[in-house]
Amino acid sequence: MIRAGLLALVLLAAVPAGAVQPDEVLADPALEARARALSQGLRCPVCRNESIDESHADVARDLRLVLRERLVAGDSDEEVIDFIVARYGEYVLLNPTARGSNLLLWLAGPAMLGAGGLIAALYLRRRSSAGDPAAETLSETDARRLAELLKQ
Amino acid sequence: MIVELGHFALVLALAVALIQSVVPLIGAQRRWGTWMSVAEPAATTQVLLIGFSFAALTYAFVTSDFSLRLVVQNSHTLKPLIYKISGVWGNHEGSLLLWVLILALYGACVAWFGGNLPPSLRARVLAVQGMIGVAFLAFLLFTSNPFLRLAIPPMNGRDLNPLLQDPGLAFHPPFLYLGYVGLSMAFSFAVAALIEGRVDAAWGRWVRPWTLVAWVFLTIGIALGSWWAYYELGWGGFWFWDPVENASFMPWLFAAALLHSAIVVEKREALKSWTILLAILAFGFSLIGTFIVRSGVITSVHAFANDPERGVFILLILGLFMGGALMLYAARAAAMEASGVFAPVSRESALVANNLLLAVSAFVVFVGTVWPLVAELVFARKLSVGPPFFNMAFTPFVVALAVLLPVGSVLPWKRGDLTRAAQPLAGVLVLSMALGALAWTVQTQRSILGPVGLVLAAWVVLGALADLWQRAGRGPLALRPARLTRLPRSDWGKAAAHIGFGVTVFAVAAVTAWKTEDIRVVRIGETYPLGPYVVQLRDVRDVPGPNYMATQAELVLQRDGQEIAILRPEKRMYPVARMPTTEAGIDHSLLRDIYLVIGDEQAAGGWAVRSYIEPFVNFIWIGCFLMALGGGLSLSDRRFRVAAGARRKAPGAVAAE
Repeated sequence: MIRAGLLALVLLAAVPAGAVQPDEVLADPALEARARALSQGLRCPVCRNESIDESHADVARDLRLVLRERLVAGDSDEEVIDFIVARYGEYVLLNPTARGSNLLLWLAGPAMLGAGGLIAALYLRRRSSAGDPAAETLSETDARRLAELLKQ
Repeated sequence: MIVELGHFALVLALAVALIQSVVPLIGAQRRWGTWMSVAEPAATTQVLLIGFSFAALTYAFVTSDFSLRLVVQNSHTLKPLIYKISGVWGNHEGSLLLWVLILALYGACVAWFGGNLPPSLRARVLAVQGMIGVAFLAFLLFTSNPFLRLAIPPMNGRDLNPLLQDPGLAFHPPFLYLGYVGLSMAFSFAVAALIEGRVDAAWGRWVRPWTLVAWVFLTIGIALGSWWAYYELGWGGFWFWDPVENASFMPWLFAAALLHSAIVVEKREALKSWTILLAILAFGFSLIGTFIVRSGVITSVHAFANDPERGVFILLILGLFMGGALMLYAARAAAMEASGVFAPVSRESALVANNLLLAVSAFVVFVGTVWPLVAELVFARKLSVGPPFFNMAFTPFVVALAVLLPVGSVLPWKRGDLTRAAQPLAGVLVLSMALGALAWTVQTQRSILGPVGLVLAAWVVLGALADLWQRAGRGPLALRPARLTRLPRSDWGKAAAHIGFGVTVFAVAAVTAWKTEDIRVVRIGETYPLGPYVVQLRDVRDVPGPNYMATQAELVLQRDGQEIAILRPEKRMYPVARMPTTEAGIDHSLLRDIYLVIGDEQAAGGWAVRSYIEPFVNFIWIGCFLMALGGGLSLSDRRFRVAAGARRKAPGAVAAE
């Protein structure tokens, strides 16, 4: 929310340049579209939680230009990302890689959902069997269907 | 003098809060009526004292009393009056004062309207509320005192952060705090129930309105913040998955889960211990939110109050309250097992699924928010977790919720039959699919996002309408409208909130998928095409504001030769704060916004202009408004007026929008 504000602290009263500038835009629309998509996933190193696509900072502009240079030179998307990560570290990746300890981050949600779903299923079973036994036998297939619904 | 009195009132409030947190608790334990009855006057006194203190600070801001450090740092004589007032909470100290004021206000509401609560429960709730008050008043007085004087007052102040000088943002914090702090009521009720060792349907009925109030305010607060970001930050985005946005979003998700599980407690006497846990967690995440915002531990664009000492203090408060409450929970929760019995296919189960999805999605947001911190501390990796991660990890939960919602809401309590319950929804499903297919053929992009969003939204919205229609009974068609009007308000609230959810889902998908953008250099007098429109840059000139200088462009929006609107986007420069801001020129309409931003003057002549067409973007906030309205309608339901004394809150919650 205070993006522009903090930026101003960095640049001290520089007038906002306003993200992607007209002179940066590549002539080839397909290449430009790739550039925009890539730059939305890269963090501006001196800003707070802004991608280089939306940042006003000078370094973000430099990165946007470098990225476009690489694309024009014929690099693939991965090569461009690798090129920038090699210079600025994985800090610039807004989409963290699913490698090493980051697996914990990516698997936390599914694992929690699985565990929670299991607990919920056990709870539901206990709740339904607490009453008359007819309820339980009636609902075997439904229980499975519900468990599937829960896992979606 | 008034400032000193305000300071003194704050110290007195701390003393009163101390009494309020100890005496009634002992009274409730020993069954001493006189000790218990200390709670109500104490709560009233506390709100009066803090209210006076807040008024004193506001007075200092309005009269520009520059002997006060806080006023110097956040105000200026030239600032418009409304921002002098909003400047009171536009900073760390003042916003905390607002925090404790709202806390005391909620406590006082229990004292004023809680006449039908059992005396011991009321005393304990107020005691817990008092403890939270003690913690935050101490925090305020010892680390963030707003009433510090300066030995040598300057001639003028340093002005409020210009980004905060905006009507949308002036009222964003109060609403957010009303939400955050409102969850303290759920927490106090949960802890009081754990001490009492009893949770029953009546308890669920008392907790639900407070949670509803908190949730409604949180919804409005978050919507205001997102709306502000949309029109103020200058690129038409509305949500950035910023740590501080997440800090308000997590309690919202938990509050939404709590709302639903409290229904099960109230109607079916099940899910009791889970509901208690949710109430504790919801407030816990409010505290974590406060911690994230106030400490600045997690690099965030919001953290204008980076201060480790304060961070440690809040962490201490968090540890104390969460640790204490969870220990109490571990000791007592087993005693409150449910009595209600239900089959796996039933409304109860659907609400369990709702809770599972909401709680896990909040957990995912939490993990993503703190992961950079964990990775740096534990794995020595400096990395970022940004929007791409959250979009990917969070969206499946929204999809699952939207898919399940209409089915769950038509299932009967105790035991349902999926095929029978789904019958009225078959038409809804077909219609939604048809709408999605239509969107697929009409759209020019090849994105799957827009059509899928439309299918889900139509499924939720039409499902809610079908549910309402179903509730009107099976009688002759002519009688149904009359029956509809006689449905309980909570049914209407449920429908409105669910429709709002669907509308917001659609709008987010639509604007993400179908937004168009144009960046170019335009000379004065030139025109350029923008979708079906033509835009002409007529003029760029300097315009003085009350406390800023603006460069204002005049752009004419035309369609088929007809002039539709004249838009005047600005770049502003605030000389005192030495900070630039942008003001977009927006032509609002229901189906699309035209959003124009003026950039820099180019060396070769002309101005950089960026233009966006944002389809359906206003439906994001219309959806939020409908959700809040639904909460308000539920709140005004007869059974709460009878049972929980939340009468006065309901009209306020609706009118405040």
